[in-house]
Amino acid sequence: MDNSQENPQAQKIVQPVKADINNNQQAMLLEIQQLQFTAIELNLYLDTHPNDQQALMAYNSIVPQLKQRIASYEQLYGPLFHFGLSTSQYPWQWINSPWPWDM
Amino acid sequence: MWIYQKNLEYPVKVCGPNPKLAKVIITQYGGPDGELSASLRYLNQRYSMPTDKAKGLLTDIGTEEMGHMEIVATIFYKLTRGVSPQQMEAAGLGGHYAQHNHALFWNDANGVPWVASYVQATGDPITDLTEDMDAEQKARSTYEHLIQLSDDPLVTDVLKFLREREIVHFQRFGETLNDVQGFMNSKKFF
Repeated sequence: MDNSQENPQAQKIVQPVKADINNNQQAMLLEIQQLQFTAIELNLYLDTHPNDQQALMAYNSIVPQLKQRIASYEQLYGPLFHFGLSTSQYPWQWINSPWPWDM
Repeated sequence: MWIYQKNLEYPVKVCGPNPKLAKVIITQYGGPDGELSASLRYLNQRYSMPTDKAKGLLTDIGTEEMGHMEIVATIFYKLTRGVSPQQMEAAGLGGHYAQHNHALFWNDANGVPWVASYVQATGDPITDLTEDMDAEQKARSTYEHLIQLSDDPLVTDVLKFLREREIVHFQRFGETLNDVQGFMNSKKFF
């Protein structure tokens, strides 16, 4: 008897769907999000494996790539960070839309 | 100190308004096993951790969970944007609309507001790290239930990302628990 439908743990079949990235700002942000995700993942791993040299090298190699992409993004779309970590063009750009929940 | 970064950790897109789905997803914002509970629990427990590894990990996972709270908030916001009071009511969000309009609020899928007793800090690092592992599993289960309930494939994609993060956090907490146990056993009490 096929009882898979009764099994609450049975995984729903979901086709992978990727949202359309329909503008340059979101495309540039996606690259930052992808690189930063790698950094987050390596960061948590290194917290519990501080002597893993290979992981540390991978982490350190992400940092300049991430910084470079953040700088390119900020040139076009304004600061990604507040409180002294990003400069702003005139007039003060930090308050400009879109905010993350509206993108 | 915390610094805000003006982007989500993972992009959130939705297929359209869906207050019925929003009503259940809100539990990962302010329910017992949601992201508010997670971030506050870890960021509060770190002060009584005995090792640098544990202090670092709780700081980092607590911070990532704040980012997840923002992702869940964005899902709710996008699923309810422009939804009429009548549609909110029909989706079971009449109570939410009466008290909060379209604003975000920390409650569970049944509208029960968040309380601090969802989280604990015993000052015993073994107990607290065990609670953290338990919390990650409860959050994973909840995300699996939400994936089962989701009829929006774009939201499901985000829920799957959040579910995977719980698994990674569980793994890292387990490693930290072993490390802290080793540290406690190496201490001699006379």
